[in-house]
Amino acid sequence: MELNELAISRLFPMRVMNQTNATQICEAFLAQIEGRDDKIKAFLHRVDADEVLEAAAAVDKHAAASSELVPLEGMPVALKDNLCTIGMPTTCSSKILKDYVPPYNATVVDRLADQKAIVAGKVNMDEFAFGSSTESSAYQVTANPWDLSRVPGGSSGGSAAAVAADMAAFALGSDTGGSIRQPASFCGVVGLKPTYGLVSRYGLVAFASSLDQIGPITKNVIDCAAVLEIIAGKDPADSTSVDREIPSYTGKLNGKIEGLKVAVVKELMGHGFQKEINFALDNAVLLFEQLGAQIEYISLPHLEYALPAYYIIGPAEASSNLARFDGVRYGHRTADADDMLEMYMKTRAEGFGAEAKRRIMLGTYALSAGYYEAYYGQALKIRTLIIQDFEKAFADHDILLSPTCPTTAFKQGEKLEDPLQMYLSDICTIPANLAGIPAISVPCGVASGLPVGLQIMGKHFDEVTLLNAAFAFERAFGWNLKPMFRDPSAKEK
Amino acid sequence: MSAGGNGDSGYETIIGLEIHVELDTVSKMFCGCPTRFGEDPNTQVCPVCLGLPGALPVANWKAIEYTIKSGLALSCEIAEFTQFHRKNYFYPDMAKNYQISQYDLPICTGGHLDVETDDVSRRVGITRVHLEEDTGKLIHVGGEGRIAGADYSIVDFNRSGIPLMEIVTEPDIRSPEEARAFMAKLRSILLSLGVSDCSMEQGSMRCDANLSLRPAGDTELGVKTEVKNMNSFRALVRALAFEVERQTKVLQAGETVEQETRHFDAAKNITTSLRTKEYAHDYRYFPEPDLVPIKVERAIVADMAGKLPELPDARRMRFIESIGLGAHEAHLLSDTKPMGDFFEECVDGGADPKAAANWILGELSMHLNATGLEIEDCAVTPKHLTQLLKLLDEGTISGKIAKAVFEEMYETGKLPGVIVDEKGMTQISDSDEIGRVVDAVLAENPKAVEELKAGKDRAIGFLVGQVMRLTKGRANPQMVNDLIKERL
Amino acid sequence: MKHVALLARLELSDEELDYFGGQLAQILEHIDKISAVDTSNVEPTAHAVEVTNVFREDETTPSLSQDEALSNAPKAESGGFVVPKIV
Repeated sequence: MELNELAISRLFPMRVMNQTNATQICEAFLAQIEGRDDKIKAFLHRVDADEVLEAAAAVDKHAAASSELVPLEGMPVALKDNLCTIGMPTTCSSKILKDYVPPYNATVVDRLADQKAIVAGKVNMDEFAFGSSTESSAYQVTANPWDLSRVPGGSSGGSAAAVAADMAAFALGSDTGGSIRQPASFCGVVGLKPTYGLVSRYGLVAFASSLDQIGPITKNVIDCAAVLEIIAGKDPADSTSVDREIPSYTGKLNGKIEGLKVAVVKELMGHGFQKEINFALDNAVLLFEQLGAQIEYISLPHLEYALPAYYIIGPAEASSNLARFDGVRYGHRTADADDMLEMYMKTRAEGFGAEAKRRIMLGTYALSAGYYEAYYGQALKIRTLIIQDFEKAFADHDILLSPTCPTTAFKQGEKLEDPLQMYLSDICTIPANLAGIPAISVPCGVASGLPVGLQIMGKHFDEVTLLNAAFAFERAFGWNLKPMFRDPSAKEK
Repeated sequence: MSAGGNGDSGYETIIGLEIHVELDTVSKMFCGCPTRFGEDPNTQVCPVCLGLPGALPVANWKAIEYTIKSGLALSCEIAEFTQFHRKNYFYPDMAKNYQISQYDLPICTGGHLDVETDDVSRRVGITRVHLEEDTGKLIHVGGEGRIAGADYSIVDFNRSGIPLMEIVTEPDIRSPEEARAFMAKLRSILLSLGVSDCSMEQGSMRCDANLSLRPAGDTELGVKTEVKNMNSFRALVRALAFEVERQTKVLQAGETVEQETRHFDAAKNITTSLRTKEYAHDYRYFPEPDLVPIKVERAIVADMAGKLPELPDARRMRFIESIGLGAHEAHLLSDTKPMGDFFEECVDGGADPKAAANWILGELSMHLNATGLEIEDCAVTPKHLTQLLKLLDEGTISGKIAKAVFEEMYETGKLPGVIVDEKGMTQISDSDEIGRVVDAVLAENPKAVEELKAGKDRAIGFLVGQVMRLTKGRANPQMVNDLIKERL
Repeated sequence: MKHVALLARLELSDEELDYFGGQLAQILEHIDKISAVDTSNVEPTAHAVEVTNVFREDETTPSLSQDEALSNAPKAESGGFVVPKIV
């Protein structure tokens, strides 16, 4: 096995035992990017190989003189292109931010830099994270490493594809309605959306401020815990980040879940789902039972309204968050405008893609005079009902299970013209964002050569239980498949 | 016609004010950028107040504290639960194209302020006091620097995000003069609280007015216009007086007032309709998701209420009742906090209150006006004035010398005792010494002596003047007078 | 649709207005089912995780330099961002 195919949980002990070093690790990842990314198209911006190796050499030099090594040190990371990076373009895959270079780092980027993780580059996403296929990027379409004719999911499709294709040791994504978990599921990797407020959003270009959370996409659950314990924690620059002690998530992984109270959510399974997805869920439930967990099937009646509530709250906040892209201070500005109004109208018409325009229109409408109460006001109340449903469920259960997505990765172009069908792809993941609870997707099977993801949801700030359940499942399930970079179009020729 | 302009027109003037006050914090409302005035453009900006993608606001507690204090001073209810909202509209001086403001849960509601003008005392209701962020500044290039007719504009975001407190009154004000009095009193209260420097000229205190007329005796409100761009107290009175007159003429001609925004043009002394491309305003307010709600603990409010400084009204009453000043002097001295503090320090230092008041309102104010200084910035401190008054009181110097000494200490900052010693300005009260000079003067001016003896009292003035000239003004004038009379 | 596009400062052609209008109508139809839920006794939730009273002290932190502030400006002059005439 090549170094870049190994998880951090394997690479780190090898570094500690001097079996490898950061330079060798980075060389392996760089070679993979060089060899694979022309097909996968995950990277929008690649950091110069020399720069990466220079950073790796510095890590090795430091490691030689130090007895204290840390897991993320020297590990190449792929950052979703909505995380601000000093001196490195941050475009959100939008034309309106073409060539935009932030003068500051997102807090999570600084925290990774403190650990001496090495940024390999910025990766593709749906424009401003609006989408579930990464096809709304203004720059390129990213392929699913399992089947190049399929989407990697979205909006953090570049992050998931880069990890699945062994082009990055780990990645950061952002999740507003499933944007970490759904692509993790489509690409056969692990993706976590932490509790709202656990990870600072400072420097994450906002989609929907009350739903957005940054989280890791990794090869396994241990890596996920290792990244989370670095990026989690109070940030004075983010008022909504919560001040509480961060446990050692890796230290708490013991794989013991005997007696764990597990509930399967009826509303998030069954009707309209791909049948292999239901099989995989049944299989996962069985496995949990064998591991000693107590299983129950429960109902959260208001989840039926999660998707419509989400498609009001998300676009409403987005319409306001995206108002700042006006061509005045940064980003694209139309070449021809006689006055301010014309400049706004044309700059934004030229700079935003179709999905961004749709969401801005929808959100503006939902907030406009006379409609606020019927839409935004009502959606916030539905949100309360959904939170109450979860509170009831968590009063008697430790974790909740569902498929991450109703389907496996779909074909590129398949849902582009049908936004509602695209939106339905997030039906299982959206409730966790509305309720602010943590949720993880772990691989739980394969259907027709494509990975299937299991979603585990936990209580607010109880990532310890959530990760341990995921860890126990992962170990018992024994996921060991790798994408084959299948290219159906090549076969036809 | 009174300033209100409606005394005999049969119409009653109805005015409500909306005042914006930049709070005197060292850092901005939602970021750590400094709030200094007059720096180079875009040098006091950061990702937050420039509205860069990904930046997030964190509320400055001091600004909230200042708003609560202001609300308390205006007898408002302080909300137990308050929250920021986003007010969405596009404008190039807006960094995010939404303003973080407050909507249905302002920090303060339902207060009042009593205002006195020459003829009436009126209670003006305070609808609300809330907190928001200021916008950037636009500099218009071409078209004489005005927005209309400019070729293009330049945006400076240094002001963007400075905490802005908005005070909205009920439509309780009945004349431009009352509006001025309200603003003056509000200003002196906010100055006492130390929450703002309240400079209308520098724009740290700004005021818009809603003005309408109605037939005297009616209870329904007429159509109002909103008057903007009043950058001084004078401008406020003139703009509103013009608007009263304009609306009176419109109504008297049987026409109706148009609901619109009007701009005051200080050069021409008129208000003009601000006919921009008007779009229906739809601010799409919603709770600011990047900030968390605020629970204002009652104990904190009670603590702040207990620690409020003495407000101008209370101070004025105390000056009258316990210090014995006249109403007018008391009003002038309590109007601004530094002036009142100066006065009180003099009195505490042993100065006679009346004398101190006279000197502060007379000589000192005159010099301050002439040099354009604020009382706290000039070289004369309460210690200076107190010492000067003591020298005067003890008879060490004369009133005339005192003015010369004041002049000197205002310029140099030297203590009056030092100046008097250095220049040998001590009053001569030794009768032998004065007597010798008197004798000499009488001997040299036989003609004047004759006239005086003949009963021409005017001559004594001349003789006293001669003595004063020879003693360089230091002789005790009363003694000179007495000695001349004695000798003849 | 036209009014909403103006509020959002998006120039949309008539075809685009039709295209988006049709899609939004479909989405709104799906969304409208929330109106059936009785929420008369339900408080709205703006923040899913309850946190209150997060403040900063009134202290200054370093600002960007003028060059940094203007580094991404489409058009700058005299230390400021240039915009076309407003009225």
